[in-house]
Amino acid sequence: MANTKEVRNQIASIKGTQKITSAMELVAASKMKKTQDGMLEGRPYSEKIKDVIAHIATSSSEYSHPFCQERDAKKACFIIVSSDKGLCGGLNINLFKSVIAKSAELNEQGIESCFALIGSKAAAFFKSVGGEVIAKAEKLGDKPNPDDLIGLTKVVLDLHKDGDIDQAYLCSNVFVNTMTQQPTVQQLIPLPAVEQDSLGASHWDYIYEPEAKELLEGLLTRYIESLIYQAVVENNACEQAAKMIAMKNATDNAGDLIKELELLYNNVRQAAITQELSEIVGGASAV
Amino acid sequence: MSSIKINIVSSSEEIYSGEASMVYATGSLGELGIAPGHTPLLTGLAPGPVRVQNGDEEETFFCSGGFVEVQPDMVTILSDTAERADSLDESEAIKAKEAAEQSLADQKSTIDYTKAAAQLAEAVARLKTIQKLRKNI
Repeated sequence: MANTKEVRNQIASIKGTQKITSAMELVAASKMKKTQDGMLEGRPYSEKIKDVIAHIATSSSEYSHPFCQERDAKKACFIIVSSDKGLCGGLNINLFKSVIAKSAELNEQGIESCFALIGSKAAAFFKSVGGEVIAKAEKLGDKPNPDDLIGLTKVVLDLHKDGDIDQAYLCSNVFVNTMTQQPTVQQLIPLPAVEQDSLGASHWDYIYEPEAKELLEGLLTRYIESLIYQAVVENNACEQAAKMIAMKNATDNAGDLIKELELLYNNVRQAAITQELSEIVGGASAV
Repeated sequence: MSSIKINIVSSSEEIYSGEASMVYATGSLGELGIAPGHTPLLTGLAPGPVRVQNGDEEETFFCSGGFVEVQPDMVTILSDTAERADSLDESEAIKAKEAAEQSLADQKSTIDYTKAAAQLAEAVARLKTIQKLRKNI
């Protein structure tokens, strides 16, 4: 049977862990608010640019951009948005699972995959399982700067322009609510048809200044950048929410363990006293 | 129509949203004055001030490049947060590529699906065990 000192040490060490996890829970809770605000701040831009893209789709434009054209797919690129830090439950793992499933599915159709990684966790994962990594962006912090993603986006778009890749997918967690984060794989290139809005499909076209090609090139690049940025910001909110829940669970678990150990401690202490007493009584009767 | 809806947004925030009787901006091909009922127009935006006039009131914003979309009843200005130049984009792209190459130098280029599946299964199993433990306690 364990002695009292051992059990006491164990309780002390679990209490230490519990302090850390509950502190991390509080930190995650306060960061979650901030990251959610960040998610909302970026929304007007992505909504407006989506509107503009929808308008362009409804206009009878003289020019059709390569990003909108379907072509025979030989290779696809996955842009994977993960967190930089761990301790957030199954958040990243669930995302990687859906990515791997999609990649395996494409593989069966004869489409190769390559990866552009955002976040250290994705980098670590693909380092161990293999896979062609074309670009990487790490340590974006709690307030990611859109400029940090320009490079990665450009690598992907340039590969598409050169014909090295034919499809691009954006893989990230979508924030449903604090308890639920949904891993999703969304098609970026070719751009899925945007819903037509009230302007209708009448025959009108923009005046383009300067050329339509140049303008659409820039605008679609911005659109894709904004989608990726929005995904990163949203993934941040997901990370903090998942971390909060994971740390709350860990704190609760530690509490349960401590309770159990305290029971054990009392048992052990009681047993020791009983034994001592019976020894004294035994000794006295022998005399 | 005497007023036009105007929205100015940048990728990290909404800058302005409201009504205007006239909007002045610097397009990539020159000054633009946009009155209500303007023909649909899509153009680049040069870094510079954007003036929004509503009756006697006037507000001025600074935009560092982007795009302007004009519809007869609304103007949307998509502003970049930073100044952009092709050369700058290029150097950022090289950085992202280098980051990928550096840390993954010894990596094979084909993905090992069985290994990936095994690793994921292990991680999921670990999570499940933790949840189970939690229920049992």
